[in-house]
Amino acid sequence: MPAGKTYTPLATTTLSSAAASVTFSSIPGTYTDLVLVGALDMTAGLDFWFRVNSDTGTNYSMTRLTGNGTTAASFRISNESKIYINFSATSGEQNFIMHFMNYSNTTTYKTILKRFNNAASDLVARVGLWRSTSAITSILVQTDSSTFKAGSTFTLYGILAA
Amino acid sequence: MAIRSLKTGQFSRSTLVGNPVIMPGSYESIATVSVGAGGSSFIDFTSIPSTYTHLQIRAICKSNQTGTSGEFEGLALRFNSDSGSNYARHFLRGSGAAASAGASTSQTFASIGLEPDTGYSSVSQMFAGQVIDILDYANTNKYKTIRLLGGFDSNNTGTNVGAINVGSGLWMSTSAITSIRFASGGSFDRGFTQYSHFALYGVN
Repeated sequence: MPAGKTYTPLATTTLSSAAASVTFSSIPGTYTDLVLVGALDMTAGLDFWFRVNSDTGTNYSMTRLTGNGTTAASFRISNESKIYINFSATSGEQNFIMHFMNYSNTTTYKTILKRFNNAASDLVARVGLWRSTSAITSILVQTDSSTFKAGSTFTLYGILAA
Repeated sequence: MAIRSLKTGQFSRSTLVGNPVIMPGSYESIATVSVGAGGSSFIDFTSIPSTYTHLQIRAICKSNQTGTSGEFEGLALRFNSDSGSNYARHFLRGSGAAASAGASTSQTFASIGLEPDTGYSSVSQMFAGQVIDILDYANTNKYKTIRLLGGFDSNNTGTNVGAINVGSGLWMSTSAITSIRFASGGSFDRGFTQYSHFALYGVN
């Protein structure tokens, strides 16, 4: 039986000026999944990543599948202090969507599915693991050495299960 | 599917897996299954209403296939209890070391995803994540297509240290989908461990 409207925008950030990071904090634990959507461009140095709950420990890992127009490839990282959303070497309009699966349960580690698209360079699918049973209450999206351009948007949604 | 911008009110593109932006109010929870102690042989969604345009299933899952070295198992589904050879699938996969692709035809179930078995002892709280779209599921004029984004990462433990999977599936039937059964394993013969969680949504 339908339980009602369940895909709720929790917060949106549209940058009025360039910024090196975006943070979503005080995320309520009342949803089942979180979805973070970004549409952005960067000024230089095109790597950016995310971290949850300000956890700077080496509790993150990631497996990646990428296609650059010529080849498909895969690689992975383990015991990292963050998970890269992209390592793109090309500027231009980019977007990503990240699914934080069962983010508020306190029993399982958190699995994060990601898709990233940059028509000028590559498309990427990733799965990440945060080895913590804590509920996710904050998400930091951060550049390595650059800034997100003004006009970049980041929207966080909550999805509620019946 | 039309999507309304939160900022401008303008209607635009789809919001299914891999696509950004949703139109609030077009996405409804239909049913959820949480696997309790002792696990479950199957995950069943029944009596699915035909009042939506698409279905989406969002899940975390782990196969109850007993493992010792940490290996992945298939995540598979059947529609409407159809066990005939009416399913096909393609996948594009990243193992962490290499990209690969494959396909199967005339299958008795659609093996569209991957999940860990019970052998990952050092990361036993790890589950695969899955987002599965079933498109135009109630249409009685065409076969049904599925797409999936899913996978897991074990922090470099186990025989299979991770898998990111982009999959598609086909059910060669014009019947409206009214039920879905999930199982794991290569023969649709394994179930799911405790804390696996499947949520079914209707999308308009």
